[in-house]
Formats: sequence, C-alpha cells, structure tokens
Amino acid sequence: MKFSHLGLIALSALLLVPASGALPARAAVTELTNVSYDPTRELYDQYNKAFVQYYKKKTGQDITVVQSHGGSSKQARAVIEGNEADVVTLALASDITAIEHAGLIKAGWQKTFPNNSSPYTSTIVFLVRKGNPKGLKDWGDLAKPGIGVITPNPKTSGGARWNYLAAWAWADKQYNKDEKAVLDYISKLFGNVLVLDTGARGSTNTFVKNGQGDVLLAWENEAYLAIAERPGEFEIVTPPLSILAEPPVAIVDGVADKRGSRALATEYLNYLYSDEGQRIAGKNFYRPSNPKIAEEFSKIFDLKVKLITIDDPLFGGWDKTQKAHFEDRGIFDKIYTKK
Amino acid sequence: MRKAENKWGRRALIAISMAFVLLMLITPLLVVLFEAFSSGLALYWRAVSDKYTLLAAKLTLTATFAAVLLNTAFGLAAAWAITRFSFRGKGLLTTFIDIPFAVSPVIAGLVFILTFGRLSPLHSFLDSYGLKIVFATPGIILATVFVTFPFVAREIIPVLEARGTDEEQAAALMGAGFFTIFRRVTFPHIRWALLYSVILCTARAMGEFGAVSVVSGHLRGKTNTLPLHVEILYNEYQFTAAFAVSSLLAAAAVIILIVRNIVEFTARKEGDGNVR
Repeated sequence: MKFSHLGLIALSALLLVPASGALPARAAVTELTNVSYDPTRELYDQYNKAFVQYYKKKTGQDITVVQSHGGSSKQARAVIEGNEADVVTLALASDITAIEHAGLIKAGWQKTFPNNSSPYTSTIVFLVRKGNPKGLKDWGDLAKPGIGVITPNPKTSGGARWNYLAAWAWADKQYNKDEKAVLDYISKLFGNVLVLDTGARGSTNTFVKNGQGDVLLAWENEAYLAIAERPGEFEIVTPPLSILAEPPVAIVDGVADKRGSRALATEYLNYLYSDEGQRIAGKNFYRPSNPKIAEEFSKIFDLKVKLITIDDPLFGGWDKTQKAHFEDRGIFDKIYTKK
Repeated sequence: MRKAENKWGRRALIAISMAFVLLMLITPLLVVLFEAFSSGLALYWRAVSDKYTLLAAKLTLTATFAAVLLNTAFGLAAAWAITRFSFRGKGLLTTFIDIPFAVSPVIAGLVFILTFGRLSPLHSFLDSYGLKIVFATPGIILATVFVTFPFVAREIIPVLEARGTDEEQAAALMGAGFFTIFRRVTFPHIRWALLYSVILCTARAMGEFGAVSVVSGHLRGKTNTLPLHVEILYNEYQFTAAFAVSSLLAAAAVIILIVRNIVEFTARKEGDGNVR
C-alpha cells in the first residue's frame, strides 16, 4: 500500500516537472542561439565575447550566446525541422529563403538590416604556392595548359559555385559576351582541375596538406586561414575582377516571437554593423561592409578589385543562376561531361 | 607431418590476429594519446577542463545513464516475456529488438526528426506542452536509447532460455509472488549477464555519434556530446584539443574494458558459465 502510494507520488511528480518547466520564462531572455555556417567559427567566437560585454555595459544584464556551426544548407534544414535559432547567419541568401518558405522568417527579411542584411562580405581569390612560380595573375591564366587547379565541385559546394561564377563573370567581360568563347574558357578551366572535392574544406586540405595543384580557388577568409596555419608557404593573388559574396543574417521570426527574444536578437545583429563588430569581421578576414572600417584593413584586402554581385544582369539572382548553371543537365553538366 | 602443419597454421593465425589488433586498435589508440599530449600537459588540461568540454561530458553521462536505465528495464521485461510466455507476435518482437543492429544510426536520427521535428503532425501537440524532443536533450537520449536498445535483451534471453522455467514454477507452486520469484530465483541466474550487458550498453552509448549527430543541432554547451565535441574541435583546427577530448573517451573505454574483464573473471569463478 505504502509502496504504491510512493509510486503514485513519483509518477505525478514526473508528470508535473515537465509541465511546470514548460512555461516559457517571459521575464528576461538571457540566452540567444545563433545558427551559423562552417567558416564563421572564429569570427563569432570573438564577436560573441564582444557583444556580451557590450550588452552588459548597456543594460546591466548578463547574457549567453549559444553557437552552432555546420554546412550552411544543413544548418538551414535543422532550423526548418525545429532547431530553435533566434538568429541565423548563413552563407547564402537562398538558405535563409528556404527557412522563409518554411514559414519561420517573414518575406522581405533581406531589407531588415543594411547592405542586403550582409554585415560582412567576401570574395573568391587565388591561393598559390610561395613566389607564385606559375605567374598566375588573372582568370585567363588558369585555363592555360599545364596549370593544376583545385576547386570543390559546384554541384555539391556553395563556395565552388562562387568560384565558377567568378570565372564566368571574367570570361563574359573578356570575350564580350560571346557565349561560345565563354563556354570554351570554362571548359578549359575545368579541364585543368586536378581534384574536384565535395566541399571547400576538403579542397583546402587537398591543396595545403596534400600539395596538389598550382592554385586553389578559395574564399578570401579561408585562404587567409590557410596562410595562418602554414605561414610562408603560400600567397594570395586577388584577381582584378571577382565576385561579391554576401553572407546574410536574419532574425528567425517564428522563434524570436515565441521566445520573446526579438529585442535581443535585433540588438545582436545590429551590433555586427557597429565599428567594433565590423573590426572583428575584418580581423577574421571578412570584408567589413562599412567602407570606412574596410579602409583600415586595406593592407589585407585588395579593395580595388572589381566585384560583381549575383544580382548583376549577367546572372539575374540566385534562383535563375541555380537553374541555368548547376541543376541537372545545366551548363556545368554540359561542359563537364563534354570533357 | 600433420603436427607440423598444425603448428604453422596455429602460428599464422595468431600472427594474423595479433597484427590486426596491433594495426587496427593499438596503434590508433597510441596515436590519440601521443597527439593529445604532444603540446604539453598544460594545453591538455586546458582542453579537458574547458567549459564546453565539461558540458559535453555532462550531457554524454546523462544520455548514457538514461539509456542504460531505460534499456535495462525494457531488456529485462522483453527477455522475461519472450522466454517465459508464449504469445502471438513473439517471433516478431524478437526480430524487432534487433532492428537497431541492422538500421544505420543516421536513418534512426532522421526518423526521430521526422517524427518529433517541427514539420511533424506531433509537433504542435508537443509544443503546446512546451516539450522539445529533437535538438534538445530528450532527442539525444532517444537516439542513444535507440542504438543501444538490443544489448540487454540480447544478452539475457539466451541465459533465461538455457535455465528453463522449472525453478520458477516450483517457486510459484510454493506460493511465491512475482517479485519474490524474480528477486530470489530469476535474478541470481541472470545478474552476471545483466551486468555484462549494462557494461556493453554503457560503452556503446558513450561513443554514439551518427544518430546523435543528426538530432543534436550542434548547439554548443547544450546539445553537444563528447564525440560531437571532438568533431567540432577537429574542424576548428584545434587538433590537440580534439585528441585530448578523444583521450577522455578512450580512457573511459579502457576502464569499461577492465571492469568487463573483472566481471567475467568473477562470474567464472562463481561457476556461472553464462557470461561469455
């Protein structure tokens, strides 16, 4: 009898605990979750520390930022499936648009914060071996016979799409929109590719650790990271024309409204545009969107490079580009199977 | 002539097994330890005492403990039911218990996401009670339970089958109740097998990566287990730290192996041949 009593009490306790713990603490949100992509680990590690201090000074409140990193599309998927991010800071606008389509982010998010909601940008550069023995200066040099090129596969890697499009943009200008010449150039370029890895980190390892190839097409920040890992072995060549990658940020409305974290989330993303936030981006080899702060890093970034965006009439935005170039039987498939 | 052949055959077999164990198990273990301490004790200590390492360790222990507890209860019940009663669907139940051995853990993780995730019909119900399953601790526990599900039942069923039901029937005839029979008759027979299966279950639960990785969401300090933490450190170019945290898992594995050997030894001394 006594035993069954105890059992009942234990059972009701078990049922009550989750129920009482379930009421969301509306009073003060002190925790913010930022779901981000792979190469921003170091950036947000520093930024979060700075933001926590700034917020404490401003409001007297201690907060913590919970960080998650992974492949950009994979992370977007997790948010769609219920990984409760207050903010997302991803590699491509299309990944945030996917979350929008799932009903968690309101349309027009890209106008919420300045500069297309991209507090920092990046571009594609050449990482070459010390002294640039093959004398690679511009995109045209990469298609010459005997040059070993390392890039990930545009079918599987977001970064590789930028590589491909940057080369395309150059060729389009070089050959005066003569599509046949452009295709010929792109075919030759990919004919020079020695190893087509599935992801950007894989390609970096192929070039840096395994010593394959003469040039790695890489994110500017990833290239600087490789140099920091192995100083004195490589140098960076910034071609005169490249592409502007805008990794965007957004508040996940569905989560922020449920948790009552909108104010904190807004403050968090806004502070990325502050002088301090911009400098942290620059120190981590992302180009600050504020031109004044970018100027402070003019020794690191070649600010004179002409950058074409994905919204340029040449490409006409991500949706169109994705369909024309990278889907099955798209342009990339054609040139790569022809080879 | 035959004898000589046997001798060579024996030597070859021993050599092959030894070489395999050395190459596949001992060398990697030594590499982990070497890399972990390669940058000195201070760095090792900083890596293992890091806030996020400790939180990951806590989560791993929580999930392991919960998985062992749940699977022990379930495994005992299932083993008892299968060996002591005959009922419809018994063959099916026995087969179902083995599913986690056959299904890839990644699929298991995805199934949990589809079942409890935001797009599942169950989600709004769970959400109205504020219950979060995937991308939270319950999901990690579920995934761990799934992959370690068969261990206890699989270990105990053969023991109970070998024993038969005579003693229990005798006890029942003499008027003993269910709990008395279990405590005084059944349990003494299976305790070593049970302990052994709990050890195996613990080892497997602590190391689980695939299923947990899918349901985790990789929220640092919240849903990161030790194996996931190792991967994160490795991807951040923090090789020494990654190996230092790996060495924690390796150390736990070695301790588990030692405990297992003690259990085996003691069981054999007590003349219980059921522990293999």
